[in-house]
Amino acid sequence: MSPSIPLQEMIRAIRSARTQCEERGVIQRECAAIRAQFRQADNGARSHNLAKLLYVHMLGYPAHFGQMECVRMIASPRYSEKRVGYLGAMMLLDEKQDASLLITNSIKNDLSHSNQYVQSLALCTLACMGSAEMCRDLAPEIDRLLRASNSYIKKKAALCAVHIVRKVHELGELFAPAARSLLTEKNHGVLHGAVVLITELCERNPEALERFRKTVPDLVQIMKGLVISGYSPEHDVAGISDPFLQVRILRLLRILGRHSETASDAMNDLLAQVATNTDSTKTVGNAVLYETVLTVLDIKSESGLRVLAVNILGRFLLNNDRNIRYIAMMSLQKIVGTDHNAVQRHRGTIVDCLKDHDASVKRRALELSLALVSASNIRSMMKELLLFLSSCPPELRAQTASGIFNAAERYAPSQRWHIDTILHVLTTAGGDVRDETVPNLIQLITNTSELHCYTVHKLYRALLTDISQQPLVQVACWCIGEYGDLLLKGECQETEPAQVTEDDVLDSLETVLQSHMSAPATRGFALTATMKLSTRITDNVDRIRSIVSIYGSCIDVELQQRAVEYNALFKKYDHMRAAVLERMPVIEKNSLGQTNGESAVEAIKAVQPATVKQGEPPLPLQPANQVCDLLDLLGGSEEPLQPSSVQSGTASGLPINNSSTAGGDLLDLLGGFEPTPAAPAPAVTVYEKDGVNLTLLCEKHSDSGLTVTLTASNSNDSDISSFTLQAAVPKSVQLHMKAPSGDFLPARGAAKVTQMVVLNNPNKVNLKMRVRISYTSQGSACQDTVQIDSFPGL
Amino acid sequence: MIKAILIFNNHGKPRLSKFYEHYSEDTEQQIIRETFHLVSKRDENVCNFLEGGMLIGGSDYKLIYRHYATLYFVFCVDSSESELGILDLIQVFVETLDKCFENVCELDLIFHVDKVHNILAEMVMGGMVLETNMNEIIMQVDAQNKMEKSEVSWTPPVPCMCMT
Repeated sequence: MSPSIPLQEMIRAIRSARTQCEERGVIQRECAAIRAQFRQADNGARSHNLAKLLYVHMLGYPAHFGQMECVRMIASPRYSEKRVGYLGAMMLLDEKQDASLLITNSIKNDLSHSNQYVQSLALCTLACMGSAEMCRDLAPEIDRLLRASNSYIKKKAALCAVHIVRKVHELGELFAPAARSLLTEKNHGVLHGAVVLITELCERNPEALERFRKTVPDLVQIMKGLVISGYSPEHDVAGISDPFLQVRILRLLRILGRHSETASDAMNDLLAQVATNTDSTKTVGNAVLYETVLTVLDIKSESGLRVLAVNILGRFLLNNDRNIRYIAMMSLQKIVGTDHNAVQRHRGTIVDCLKDHDASVKRRALELSLALVSASNIRSMMKELLLFLSSCPPELRAQTASGIFNAAERYAPSQRWHIDTILHVLTTAGGDVRDETVPNLIQLITNTSELHCYTVHKLYRALLTDISQQPLVQVACWCIGEYGDLLLKGECQETEPAQVTEDDVLDSLETVLQSHMSAPATRGFALTATMKLSTRITDNVDRIRSIVSIYGSCIDVELQQRAVEYNALFKKYDHMRAAVLERMPVIEKNSLGQTNGESAVEAIKAVQPATVKQGEPPLPLQPANQVCDLLDLLGGSEEPLQPSSVQSGTASGLPINNSSTAGGDLLDLLGGFEPTPAAPAPAVTVYEKDGVNLTLLCEKHSDSGLTVTLTASNSNDSDISSFTLQAAVPKSVQLHMKAPSGDFLPARGAAKVTQMVVLNNPNKVNLKMRVRISYTSQGSACQDTVQIDSFPGL
Repeated sequence: MIKAILIFNNHGKPRLSKFYEHYSEDTEQQIIRETFHLVSKRDENVCNFLEGGMLIGGSDYKLIYRHYATLYFVFCVDSSESELGILDLIQVFVETLDKCFENVCELDLIFHVDKVHNILAEMVMGGMVLETNMNEIIMQVDAQNKMEKSEVSWTPPVPCMCMT
């Protein structure tokens, strides 16, 4: 009897079970019987039992007790048992199981078996679950089979070799010559395997890629044979001769031609031929065309060919079949970086695809639309994207929101438009935006002072309609707290002013405080805003006082702390209240969190326009182009040190000046962005030469951050001018240099120059700093460096 | 590379599950359930490509599926496979099954799951496409079945087992 009948009986029994519980019962009985039979020495029904076990495994029941049985079956001389044993090995064993090592020897023996089907079983299993050790052991065998066996085994050996190369990269060298020779085979299966093997070798190893470039003519020849030859019934799929092989070869040609002029030239004719001759009415034709297009666009092809390729993609995009449209959008995505203008021509169709019913098509259209946004089409694209956001499936919302923010940041035509867009996104999809949206938006609002009135009016209206979207509520509270006076003044140029009384404003803030929809962070925002209003309004200060004192006994510790401290501000420090709660200055874009010099240099350019707008005199800028010279000095050190750059401090009213008057912790509550220096530690002299004295003072202000103050003085008889300091630190440490107090050192220590440097050492590496001192004394320029290895007070 | 090949019916019952990377049994069942959940939600005339399964591996992987009568054939592949090519491969697979079983239906797959595995092993090996020519595949499968049958007809004398 054939092995399947008992299996079928069991399957029938399982299917006739009417409830899950019955089915479990049947399966448990069968498993028990199978286990008992495994324990017995030998019976003719071994393969049936294992087959039954595998079926049970597919349904999801545990089957690990069959692993040893698989090993035994593989070692059996009978083909039927071997077959089931190998199938079981593929399903139940993997490299983590110890039993897998036991079959290595069986596989080795079977690879040299006289029967090709036994060999193929061994090859198949090795390719599916071969571990690295097994692959290393058996690689020479596979190589032998690649050279001298029939085509059936050769094709399997080729794919097995691919698996081996994936597991153990070094063995790629072993298979390269055999792979080359396989390209001369006639059998399509072997050719296919050979092409896959060569593709894998080229992707892993650039030298192999160089060597295999020489095979381009052979590949072109094979392709020509496939494309031009007449109807060959054995390989024909819907009128195209072996499309699978064509696709594989095209892919390999792509990899080989990618950065090579000569290889690309050799393929140009062929690609043009395939592109024009392939029939695109069936899916197989489209598969080949698609692969051709991708290849043309990836190699160094001539421009006529590229135009042809983009036109084919355009045709795909208008195809009725959604599959084809999906494919077209995927390939447009790949080339949008390089052939941007070509893709822009199809923007209309892509934007239409946003409205398609199919979720996959929508996803592709979204990614492509975000890539196509540019300064010229920002307004129309944003309209479409915002429309999409309001109706898009939930899994795409977060991606859409962040894409819109990025696009808005890069191409916003005006500040007001930018703020409007962000507010729109917050009202539609507030729950899906990233956390840093709130601080970014706040920073944006503070930077556009002419729109404060407009912004606070808009946000107040938004707050009245809906307080469930947390980021929106947080920003609204913050704005009302900062600019509440503008709201109450009742006049605004940009938008219709609202007639708002102080009570209305306090009501809305209180609603947020008391609502169960508000997150604790939102409540914190609201409480702080209420507090800030105490200096901006005139009549209802008592109401604010009472709100604040109520929250002094709130269960939430954060709110309680805030309320208690605000209370203290009312009572003991009332004289300071106005100063502490005054309007926030412009927030520097490059506050803590920026890492290396390059981004800081860009930020200087970004901050510059903001300072000019504010109309404040910019402080003297230190040139950042001496950064590279510092690196020359650091040539000898083992650790690559990171160059610094000096930034311009913008507004002079930095909160740091206030900190010495009010308590430092109050500023932390109010979202202070600068670190406050604590009590000074003893200063250490780090450099003393030619009358120039440099001392170092450092204080830790957080777990990984510290502030270093460098003070310079001049004990010479002559003045020193153009005194500058530059600093470099190890790579993982972040450096932020403040503006120095000046650059003139009068003689005989009459005045000092101080410079503060803030360091952040998140990886806690050994902190070192190299400082370069440059100055002009008595008409001559001098320069020196000093390395600081120890930081007192750390 | 093909990560997994799944066949399940309209209610989510697995008819064939072949994984080319190792997952624990629980994870395998979870993958089957999640895939069924994603695929069954799809309309009839949307495209055959799905993205966004979390379990089987993140952003590089997609599900390419075809729905025939009561069965879903799902191939989970990564970006190195051509999507339209895999779609054709599913077609070739189903046509091969049709030839081997003579007008294949779901019951054939249920009761002869080992045969389906053997056919699949001739087409996809180690996650890579091995052979796409239907006639070649059928020829090999027939030869192997004949070998098995010839073996079974000659059974070595079984030693009688004494109960102890």
